[in-house]
Amino acid sequence: MNRCISAGVLAGAVVLASGCAQKRVPPIYGWDNYQQQVYTYLKDEGASPEEQISTLEKGLQSMQARGANAPPGYHAHLGMLYAAVGRDDQMMRELDAEKRLFPESQPYMDFLLRKYQNQTRQVTK
Amino acid sequence: MTRSIKLFALLLATMVLATGCASQRTPYDYAEFKQARPASILVLPPLNSSPEVAATSGMLSQVTYPLAESGYYVIPVALSAETFKQNGLATAADVHHVDPAKLREIFGADAALYVEVKAYGTSYQVISSATVVTADAKLLDLRSSKVLWQGTASASSAENQQQNNNLLGMLVAAVINQISDTLSDTSFRIAGITSNRLLMAGRANGMLYGPRSPQYQKD
Repeated sequence: MNRCISAGVLAGAVVLASGCAQKRVPPIYGWDNYQQQVYTYLKDEGASPEEQISTLEKGLQSMQARGANAPPGYHAHLGMLYAAVGRDDQMMRELDAEKRLFPESQPYMDFLLRKYQNQTRQVTK
Repeated sequence: MTRSIKLFALLLATMVLATGCASQRTPYDYAEFKQARPASILVLPPLNSSPEVAATSGMLSQVTYPLAESGYYVIPVALSAETFKQNGLATAADVHHVDPAKLREIFGADAALYVEVKAYGTSYQVISSATVVTADAKLLDLRSSKVLWQGTASASSAENQQQNNNLLGMLVAAVINQISDTLSDTSFRIAGITSNRLLMAGRANGMLYGPRSPQYQKD
């Protein structure tokens, strides 16, 4: 009898304890070094765009290899770095990838593309 | 006699467990949030009222993870910071004063997150020194200019050991282990924990899940 009550209370306690622990949801995205790379960029302490591009390209390959999705901003951030070293075609491809994966980004990506095209037009004139 | 003591002890233990996870705060009013249901969020460069100059960059770099994993599209934070700079908005304070309608026009985001870093860095004390990051956040709907949600969170390097007792603590410890190999910036790491506590959906009085989460509209 006594053992029975103890078991019951124990079961109740387990239910209570697990009830308040958050369920572990698998991550939606692969992240690799994205946030660290954003920090590296914003800190601006000497890491060259080429180094940053190389790190992000490796991250993309790693995500593709394991079937993970790049998080919001990843492709656009890489595109911005391509623009910094004059690799325009790759920049546009990355901004397009951001748009395709995240239609929510379209207004801002179009804004950036328009601005970039205006700048290059002024330079070539 | 022994039996009643045993029962009392068990009852007490159960009560401790039960109250341990119950939120003692009054529940947040999510009426505006649920009506607005934003899908995309623009994070403005955080205001910084701490003496540490790296606070704005550190915090801004750590906000994408919790927001995106909660189901939101996050406007690329480094790109939007550049756009602000190119438009003559040199400081976070300048950016925080921009008209919401203008932000909506350029970035197309449904909502903007206004963050203020209150503490960032290591304070040296007599008994122990700890790295603490504390931040407030306010989510503003850029279509209606209504405040959808507000919150505050803090994390400290001194709390690591206690935290390992719970699942979130394990998760946090895992995050630390994951990045500590490549990074020696403790404040940046702690900012990541603060950011997750502040912005990850599913916490008491926290953000709601966004459209890209499987938990969307289940909260």
